[in-house]
Amino acid sequence: MIDLIIFLGLITTGYVVGQTLERRHYRAIEQREAALLALPTTSTKRSFGTVPPGTRSELVQGACCISVDYFKRIAASLRQLFGGRVSSYETLVDRARREAILRLKEGAGDAHQIINLRLVTSSITKGQRGQVGAIEVHAYATALYDH
Amino acid sequence: MFVTTTDDIPGRTITACHGVASGSTVRAKHAGRDIMAGLKNIVGGELKGYTELLNEAREEAYQRMLDQAVQMGANAVVNVRFSTSSVAAGASEIYVYGTAVTVEG
Repeated sequence: MIDLIIFLGLITTGYVVGQTLERRHYRAIEQREAALLALPTTSTKRSFGTVPPGTRSELVQGACCISVDYFKRIAASLRQLFGGRVSSYETLVDRARREAILRLKEGAGDAHQIINLRLVTSSITKGQRGQVGAIEVHAYATALYDH
Repeated sequence: MFVTTTDDIPGRTITACHGVASGSTVRAKHAGRDIMAGLKNIVGGELKGYTELLNEAREEAYQRMLDQAVQMGANAVVNVRFSTSSVAAGASEIYVYGTAVTVEG
């Protein structure tokens, strides 16, 4: 009985707090993305146009480690019974990737373009029964500066 | 010191190649961070402790790669790649590698 109460308590807390945090995070991500939209970013090895001699290039990085809430973890384990789209994990990786790219861009200062962006995703903690509990996304790229 | 993830350095010419420079480090998380992460697992969200830990580890591996490149007589490292692997429960290895070169211009 007590176990059940704890379980339901965890699920409710996870759902309410987790959803609120996620909505807040998405709002922040969208605002910051809009502010950085003018900075050209590509995953190609070549830069846009001709690069003048004397351009400074530098490695820039951004990383983010995000965990899912208790409700989503349970929802995902139920999903594993039937298969199909696990939307609770889709938002997890989406948030982590966008946050990592934003951090990279924010750390690039007055770069005029960012090229060869690479993303690496790794699972850092394993939850119960070998499920994904938290993931880390590392974004790295080359930033080009005028001087 | 120029460090890029591209094959060349935009606007500059590579004049000599010195081989592969690499750096690695293995880090374990400490119990305090694990407890905090355990709590964070209920409500979800960013695990700041882990983000910091991995950033520190990456910084160290990166520095080791640069030191090695300097020893080789290079003034730039091109085509840098990062990789993460878990070597044991609670410990992960960060490996950074790139090609040490000399650039002019």
